[in-house]
Amino acid sequence: MPIQVLMPALSPTMEKGNLAKWLKKEGETIKSGDVIAEIETDKATMEVEATDEGTLGKILIPEGTADVAVNTPIATILADGESAADLAKAPVAPVPQPKAAEAPAAEAKAEAPQPAAKVPAAPVSEALPDPEIPAGTEMVTQTIREALRDAMAEEMRRDGDVFIMGEEVAEYQGAYKVTQGLLQEFGARRVIDTPITEHGFAGVGVGAAMAGLKPIVEFMTWNFAMQAIDQIINSAAKTLYMSGGQMGCSIVFRGPNGAAARVAAQHSQDYAAWYSQIPGLKVIAPYSAADYKGLLKAAIRDPNPVVFLENEMLYGHTGEVPKLPDFVVPIGKARIARAGKDVTIVSWAMGMSYALKAADELAKEGIEAEVIDLRTIRPMDTETIINSVKKTGRAVTVEEGWQQSGVGSEVASRIMEHAFDYLDAPVARVSGKDVPMPYAANLEKLALPSVAEVVAAAKAVSYR
Amino acid sequence: MATPKKTVAKESGQEKAGSPPEFSRDQELKALRDMLLIRRFEEKAGQLYGMGAIGGFCHLYIGQEAVVVGMQMALKPGDEVITGYRDHGHMLACDMEAKGVMAELTGRRGGYSRGKGGSMHMFSKEKHFYGGHGIVGAQVSLGTGLAFANRYRGNDNVSVTYFGDGAANQGQVYESFNMAELWKLPVIYVIENNRYAMGTAVSRASAQQDFSKRGVSFNIPGKQVDGMDVRAVKAAADEATSWCRGGNGPIILEMQTYRYRGHSMSDPAKYRTREEVEKVRHDQDPIEQVRNRLLAAGVSEQDLKAIDAEVREIVNEAADFAQHDPEPDPSELYTDIYR
Repeated sequence: MPIQVLMPALSPTMEKGNLAKWLKKEGETIKSGDVIAEIETDKATMEVEATDEGTLGKILIPEGTADVAVNTPIATILADGESAADLAKAPVAPVPQPKAAEAPAAEAKAEAPQPAAKVPAAPVSEALPDPEIPAGTEMVTQTIREALRDAMAEEMRRDGDVFIMGEEVAEYQGAYKVTQGLLQEFGARRVIDTPITEHGFAGVGVGAAMAGLKPIVEFMTWNFAMQAIDQIINSAAKTLYMSGGQMGCSIVFRGPNGAAARVAAQHSQDYAAWYSQIPGLKVIAPYSAADYKGLLKAAIRDPNPVVFLENEMLYGHTGEVPKLPDFVVPIGKARIARAGKDVTIVSWAMGMSYALKAADELAKEGIEAEVIDLRTIRPMDTETIINSVKKTGRAVTVEEGWQQSGVGSEVASRIMEHAFDYLDAPVARVSGKDVPMPYAANLEKLALPSVAEVVAAAKAVSYR
Repeated sequence: MATPKKTVAKESGQEKAGSPPEFSRDQELKALRDMLLIRRFEEKAGQLYGMGAIGGFCHLYIGQEAVVVGMQMALKPGDEVITGYRDHGHMLACDMEAKGVMAELTGRRGGYSRGKGGSMHMFSKEKHFYGGHGIVGAQVSLGTGLAFANRYRGNDNVSVTYFGDGAANQGQVYESFNMAELWKLPVIYVIENNRYAMGTAVSRASAQQDFSKRGVSFNIPGKQVDGMDVRAVKAAADEATSWCRGGNGPIILEMQTYRYRGHSMSDPAKYRTREEVEKVRHDQDPIEQVRNRLLAAGVSEQDLKAIDAEVREIVNEAADFAQHDPEPDPSELYTDIYR
């Protein structure tokens, strides 16, 4: 049967073009790959190559024709053994339209014009409650640095596919001594010093995870992970989706985040908001020693890529960690760090230190603040926040990061969407100032949130 | 195209000169069939793009077929393959089904990524094909990571990591080279030098245009290979796989090849002459080379036509499936984000 040559679309946006010139005449032999015509679009002149072999039977659109719509038949090619008499048999090439999946029945009845398909509802993530800590469980006082180390060591004992890589994690015992002793216990095969190449080793980690291993990739600080952000977002976070669920990536990226002390702008930045925007990533930023341990264990076991944000200033802080054989804290569940009825303060990570001190101050003035430690930024435990705000009618967010498009802004939006009618005052945001982190001690202090600012914000939303 | 030559001397290096080893008739026939499948598939993809059935970016592999087919002939089950966005040929060479690849191009539920990845993002765990990556150069670190996993597990699989002459200038490529050699990872870096990074000729973008030397400062051996001759590719791949399986670490193969079509479908190709394309096509076409050898060896035109017909049928079926398979169900919007 004769083959029709259609006006081709040469870019995703092309709808029509001019048929500038025919380079083959009727009756000429055509091989696959021969240029048969030139067409012009508003952007360029392009050549039309034949993809079939035979004889140019008939030119349907003469050269010089303007605005030929894409998919218009422009010529007919006769196959071997066919003649002009066969031309009439040429089919009007049908362009099958994609069959849209059927819309839900309820929609079909609607009278108003509807889009092809309704946007399905986003799934709501549900976190499990915290593990039971049986009465009489021994509590161990340890630093956050030790809690992190223990979490990794326990998971590495449990699963031979878990390994850690990063700068100075092995022989140096960790730039901040978080990986102390791991090389001695697990050896150089599983505790791997990398060259100073964040982009490269993040990609190597993601590749190893695609192959089924469970890497822990330590960044000396999250500031340096800016070099690697493409691998974290484009490769780690998106591959499960882009592969239709075939190829996931169980990997933990961890290291200190946020402001350290007197290291200035390039070494003091909070990335919680950055990573929390990305579907496919989980983002964790704990405050207490127990949460550091339990959530890092959960992160290592999680089959998804997890961004685990630590804080250098907290590494030396101590806290009580339950001595249980397997203490895992579920991802995605906030914790009420202090119960109260008058105002809700939502924070996480280092922000919690301001929030909790502010709550003490407020209590002296008779204001009972409920302090929520988000612990996980993505997926965010909206329910715990909303339930608290329904009780208090007032909310303050506290973060070290910048205000614009910050996590506090997200919390405020969710409160507005889900508890607007319960609010007695607009949500207040306490955050890092809108400046790169200065070096001078006095300026640095001014750039960060303070207990006084949290107290002031809580009083302001309480109209006191 | 340059004749194959060893560019980095290593005690263990194998010198090669002159014509590549002959193929058996079966090997020639297999190479012809596999290359034809890719070419016909890509021609059809180009056609469907022209009809608006395929959207977005679509980068065709026509002209470069000998590279993936020759490489694949040297691999064993379990070896991983990873590449960039010009990936249709790699997937077909890995024995992924034409139907699934084409249906992904048209964004349908029967596609390898269930319609959610498109031309540049397809995977098959079963066939050890790790993508299909749209960010130029990213696959080089990922492929190095696949090799890391092989080494960690102590198996003898090799990661075949493809990238182009354009990607060869990305920083993470060299970060990966360094780690691969440092840790002796079993990875073959296949640089497909098709002479143009999008519209930029190699001479305009690369200070060192001999890509086999790109590993010199890491002590990674490299070799230039006539990527238009499937036998030369297979021979180089054999050497490279034994090098990697022998625990010697990474190796670089620069495949000197050529793409006949534009960078993507919307490329007016003003950066090179029609004559240049025609000359390569006429003198070096990888498929014609095999076809001519087979004819000279007494295989009938009829037999070769039968191969073409078989391949066309696969491609036509794939195209038909890809145009009639339904789009993904709307509920798929929110699946596969987490597991």
